[in-house]
Amino acid sequence: MATVEEKPRAVQQENPLVEGLERLPVHPTTLVIFGATGDLALRKLFPALYNLAHEGSLPERFNLIGFSRRDLGDDVFRKTLRESIERYSRRRPDPQVLDALLRQARYVSGSFDDPGGYERLTAAAQAFDEEAGVRFNRVFYLSTAPEFFPVIVTALGAAHLHLKKGAAVRVVIEKPFGYDLESARALNRTVLGVFDERQVYRIDHYLGKETVQNLLAFRFANAMFEPVWNRNYIDHVQITAAEDIGIGTRAEYYDSSGALRDLVQNHMLQLMTLLCMEPPAAFSADKLRDEKVKVSQAIRAPTPDEVPRMALRAQYGPGVSGGMVVPGYLDEDGVPDTSTTETYAALRLEVSNWRWAGVPFYLRTGKRLARRVTEIAVILKPVPHLAFQQGGSVGVQPNQLVLTVQPDEGVSLSLGAKIPGPRMRIRPVNMEFRYGTSFLSESPEAYERLILDAMRGDASLFTREDEVRASWEICDPILQAWSAMPGPLPTYPAGSAGPREADDLLDGSTTWRAL
Amino acid sequence: MADVGSAERTSAAQIEDGLRDLLQDGHAGERPSASARVLNMVAVVDRERREEIEARLAQVGRYHPSRTIICAVGPERTSLDAHAAIEGSSGAVGLSHERVTIDVGAEYLSHLDMIVDPILVSGLSTVVWAPHGHPEAVDSLLRLATVVLVDSTEEPDIAKSLARVGELAARAYVVDLAWLRSTPWRERVAFTFDPAEWRPELGHISVVTVRHGVDSAVAALLLVGWLASRLGWEPGLLEGHGDGPRRGRLRANAGDVAVTLEPVAGLDVPGLAGLTLQTQTGLSISLDRAPGGLAATRETPDGHSFRWTVLGASRGEGGILGEGVRQALLRDPTYRPAVAAARAMLPS
Repeated sequence: MATVEEKPRAVQQENPLVEGLERLPVHPTTLVIFGATGDLALRKLFPALYNLAHEGSLPERFNLIGFSRRDLGDDVFRKTLRESIERYSRRRPDPQVLDALLRQARYVSGSFDDPGGYERLTAAAQAFDEEAGVRFNRVFYLSTAPEFFPVIVTALGAAHLHLKKGAAVRVVIEKPFGYDLESARALNRTVLGVFDERQVYRIDHYLGKETVQNLLAFRFANAMFEPVWNRNYIDHVQITAAEDIGIGTRAEYYDSSGALRDLVQNHMLQLMTLLCMEPPAAFSADKLRDEKVKVSQAIRAPTPDEVPRMALRAQYGPGVSGGMVVPGYLDEDGVPDTSTTETYAALRLEVSNWRWAGVPFYLRTGKRLARRVTEIAVILKPVPHLAFQQGGSVGVQPNQLVLTVQPDEGVSLSLGAKIPGPRMRIRPVNMEFRYGTSFLSESPEAYERLILDAMRGDASLFTREDEVRASWEICDPILQAWSAMPGPLPTYPAGSAGPREADDLLDGSTTWRAL
Repeated sequence: MADVGSAERTSAAQIEDGLRDLLQDGHAGERPSASARVLNMVAVVDRERREEIEARLAQVGRYHPSRTIICAVGPERTSLDAHAAIEGSSGAVGLSHERVTIDVGAEYLSHLDMIVDPILVSGLSTVVWAPHGHPEAVDSLLRLATVVLVDSTEEPDIAKSLARVGELAARAYVVDLAWLRSTPWRERVAFTFDPAEWRPELGHISVVTVRHGVDSAVAALLLVGWLASRLGWEPGLLEGHGDGPRRGRLRANAGDVAVTLEPVAGLDVPGLAGLTLQTQTGLSISLDRAPGGLAATRETPDGHSFRWTVLGASRGEGGILGEGVRQALLRDPTYRPAVAAARAMLPS
């Protein structure tokens, strides 16, 4: 087990100049991106770095090293960087800032298990230190296929790159963190055999989204919600992550993963824990994650017998999506005819604690659904008695509080209101709050926030080892039961709201919210 | 796209009614949008320079106030003429901003609050900005304002400028564009000394040289005021006149700090041109404007010299004004102490 050389902040003398500044200092850093020519790096990471540079948010001294198997030189790598930034940045790059950023970029070519590559990496990183006369922190960002995570971590340890005297070393690990419970445990064992947990930053990019973070502000900065935020007033919760697109060119990845691994095990369970957790004593990484873990551990995993009643999987069939006739999943390029990989998953979960016992949490996610939306809908219980006649109206409906994560970030609350006219007729109306109407700032991309946090050493928005384990403990029994069930899977037409069978998960008169 | 309504010899109530009609027309149309609800801005401007201010406001982009009330001041005006417009942004959820332009006579300025009050969106913060002077209008509007936006470089007399800022800051929260222009400089000084091994050097700063645009001496003085107030230096008088350099000594725990404010001719933007900090231990840190950010130089006591670029894009004057609007929703507790320290460095 490694020891961490970061000094506790408390023993350092305060920096009086930081007071009043919006941005917080970030120690000079060399960021090493493994998989530097991959899709994630090109589409997300490099544009995020540029935007941080543009805003002056990068560390005062910053270096970038790309590490990949492709045999490129520094110049070709810089050209690749420039092209990715010009194509994918959320703002038009300032040529002078871009040039200055590229000047600090180097490239190291090597296979991930080749000690020679790590020797070259060490030399490149040390050259930055010597040139600057600074002990740069080092952040290793693993943006590769998941099978290389243990390989890279082990190689970093073997090359003694996991520690650095007088500086912090951190490792950022992309999702998926494991393929199932056992592989996640094995990966954690490998990672924690080299790095200390405090050095490990497991990314779930949903946590970098402003609206997801705002769930905490919404719950813990507004006294009005806390009294009803429990089993006495909440009937059920629906968490939806619907996509209108198919698998595109990702057949190889997706068919080995499926909807449950792709979205439920990480993003959707994160949303659920943020919704259900108790208020943390402080907004620090460990206090926050302690509370999230408590909730995760209170979510009861289904037994094999319960899986059919608590979880449903399905595949999209042919249909019409976005006005186009589209093929079904089994007809997509690269998908085996006999595939039983789910493109839709729905779950009925419960949280076994005093606050939430008996409240069903319905989670659903799928591809090729009617609409792209990620939302959390909290449906309150109906009023106990109604004095009004409801004839000629939709009538009184239970209040619904809907937190939309994407695409239109906001909060809406449905209320019963009187329809204008001589009779006391009621129908639901929505009170809408859209982020764009009330904040002048543009939300940064999730990766901008997360990369900066990793460089700053703030792990609040990253998942801890016990969180990952707890989420796999919920999903693993479902995956095991599904793998034992023969196909074919239920299907739903592309462009629809999902399979009819999903209704069977719902209690009583509950219906899924319209997409 | 803008929907426009105009009225001569109108009243505040009629203006409000007109805006409501415009909003309802918008909602009934094919491209409904949500009204932004962030803050009101009241801009008091000279009528003949109104377009210049409108052009500046057009550059603030997403930082646009929800409702902007431009009071265009002309000398001969005995009635209110108003022009209202709703401007929408494109996107999945269109966002609309309202702009009301009122032609007012100079004689109205001392009770401008009575005219503006009914037109403000209630419940929102209100920013007052008077880029062409009109202090009596600002004084009148302070009753309604939570924030006053100023640019302390606009008044050529530094002492007068800071005295006015101090006076306003006692009655409302002040956002100073001159202060915001120095944000990247303050950040970089703060961050340079943030690593644990460098932080003790803050207690040993012995020389501060701030290079500034000829018209931006106040920005340089505020930067020194910030250092003095944050680091506990006792301000001393800076000597110098007009467009020349100013020099003086401030007292820190570890000894005196020699301060020089150096005007730099030819700077094409307002604000700072560079700064150098030296410590008693022989460390020297310099920052200067450069392509792509700030050119930084660090010279160590053992004679080594390191140069690099601190990355960051220029925000431009449109960006600075936008930042001023955005800052109206935040609070920086370090500005007022910096102003107080800066004033203490000027002859009374």
